[in-house]
Amino acid sequence: MASSLLDKVWNAHTVRTLPSGQTQLLIGLHLVHEVTSPQAFQALRELKLPVRMPERTFATLDHIIPTTAQQRPFADEVAEEMTVHLTRNAQQSGVPFFGLDSGRQGIVHVIGPELGLSQPGMTIACGDSHTATHGAVGAIAFGIGTSQVRDVLATQCLAMAKPKLRQVRVEGALPRGVYAKDVILAIIHTLGVNGGVGFAYEYAGSVIERMTMEERLTLCNMSIEGGARFGYVNPDQTTFDYLRGRPYAPQSAAFDRAVTWWKSMASDPDARYDDVKRLDGGAIQPMVTWGINPGQSLGVTERIPPAESVSEPERPTHREALAHMGFEAGQPIAGAKIDVVFIGSCTNSRLSDLRVAAQVARGRKVAKSVRAIVVPGSQRVAKDAEAEGLHEIFREAGFEWRNAGCSMCLGMNDDKLRGREMSASTSNRNFIGRQGSPTGRTLLMSPAMAAAAALAGAVTDVREMLR
Amino acid sequence: MNENARTQIVGRGIPVPGNDIDTDRIIPARFLKTVTNEGLGLHAFEDARKHDPEHPFNQKAYEGAAVLVGGLNFGCGSSREHAPESLKQWGIRAIVGGSFAEIFFGNCTMLGIPCLAISQDDVLWLQRAIGREPRQAVTVDVERQEVRFGDRAIPARIPEGTRNQLVSGAWNPTGVLLEAGDAIEATAKRLPYVSGF
Repeated sequence: MASSLLDKVWNAHTVRTLPSGQTQLLIGLHLVHEVTSPQAFQALRELKLPVRMPERTFATLDHIIPTTAQQRPFADEVAEEMTVHLTRNAQQSGVPFFGLDSGRQGIVHVIGPELGLSQPGMTIACGDSHTATHGAVGAIAFGIGTSQVRDVLATQCLAMAKPKLRQVRVEGALPRGVYAKDVILAIIHTLGVNGGVGFAYEYAGSVIERMTMEERLTLCNMSIEGGARFGYVNPDQTTFDYLRGRPYAPQSAAFDRAVTWWKSMASDPDARYDDVKRLDGGAIQPMVTWGINPGQSLGVTERIPPAESVSEPERPTHREALAHMGFEAGQPIAGAKIDVVFIGSCTNSRLSDLRVAAQVARGRKVAKSVRAIVVPGSQRVAKDAEAEGLHEIFREAGFEWRNAGCSMCLGMNDDKLRGREMSASTSNRNFIGRQGSPTGRTLLMSPAMAAAAALAGAVTDVREMLR
Repeated sequence: MNENARTQIVGRGIPVPGNDIDTDRIIPARFLKTVTNEGLGLHAFEDARKHDPEHPFNQKAYEGAAVLVGGLNFGCGSSREHAPESLKQWGIRAIVGGSFAEIFFGNCTMLGIPCLAISQDDVLWLQRAIGREPRQAVTVDVERQEVRFGDRAIPARIPEGTRNQLVSGAWNPTGVLLEAGDAIEATAKRLPYVSGF
């Protein structure tokens, strides 16, 4: 019988059916960071249980680390304490740990694929909602809470209900100046911020097939912003070429055997889906969010819609968004004044993101009223970017070049908005207070659009700046 | 009787109006800078409360409430379990809403907090009814999938597997997962990537 990648991965990892009717699902890769794990390790100690499969568990620091001065102990005492806890928890349980001195530290969703840890056909869990990122390599990857982190540490398993499967097809060709970030923002806008609840999204169609792995990572990253806990792309030659030679990918003859298995895990051509949604890639513009959830977005040439244009249940949120953002219905988004630009996060901090932003910034200057920071996703991304001289391009243009971490995506370190500042951000959430100031305002967009906003000091159509 | 069984929760209600209430709103990220869960209850909806003196979590009428009534897509966003943990420490023992974000729903279950979905019309009715009579108890009947207030019984939904877990008291699955024993390693060994291809 024809089956989907979801079916195949789910079946291969099913330990048994639980009395509740849920599946006891084996987790092939467990990624751990400092914010959602200390209470889980503590619970494990109280239960007097070891980490069941430390060799299938990897830890790194990303959420709280400073992106400027990184000498230990950190100036921020709580950040230091959390770092000490994670380091000790990893050491005591035999979990490999990518700390600051490893050369491999970075945002957990950047380093997983980068190191070849994330592979097709795996189940991948992490105490972070953006874990669907790893679905880009053809894995079933999903975010979990701290109690579930405890369960994976203790049993390498989770009690899970299998989601329904939706295929999201994006066909055609993306216009110039339109990137993976615009595609996922358009998908979320079309299907709604809760449209994917209960579903896994399989992204397919000619636009997706032509995407590079880094573009697919951006795409899958924001699945949860559309309500879908899981999102994936079937593995293909792009996937295999990306993984070949990475430190934790299978090597030589084992790699060829792996490719055979990976291919077998892809959805069969006549696999069944609970539903299929289609988008025309050619109709997507550079996207910008104007509101307080990632579905409240529009094309850069469009005007902010009135509350009457959305369905009845969405209207209160629409009005709240206009009030918080200080926008009026009918106002064009282009020209909205920007105070801060953040290029980074698990969505858009990879080498190709930085290249695009640098290409826009090269030879130009950040507007005087704007503070702009570029935060690479990992130490490896930083090193590769510096080898190409991207850091110099950014600095000459007036951007700050920082060390790797989650940074201003959620403001758990010193990188925060102040007061009502408006940011152009390549991150994934524009929730009220998300970037560290309760009254701060966030406009989500692609790295190219964010770089353009930094130069203009306002939202601007990057297509006019591309060379 | 099993003390973990969550068959029925009875307590006063607190309406939290609006849809898409995200976990950053429930607990801002700065309060996640901790290695324990201590004191999280003090910061539930902290910024929203500061911004709006009329926020339900500021109102005396709702002090001591145990049943939160939210809108659609309640708990969207971050997977932080600190969000339901802060609500639990504040006193919330059950949540009724139009719909729930999936990770939040799972996190609540892991803490023994049932989340029951009712129609959006019923959400609006119940929020108003609680506003009129905040001292009247709401009954969240997990077993019968029903929410009762005054003389009204509202049909509610919760997935069968979760309902079984809550009603039987087996919502903390660590023990039941461990019972699989060697079957866990056996499943792992069958996976080509575990055995090294």
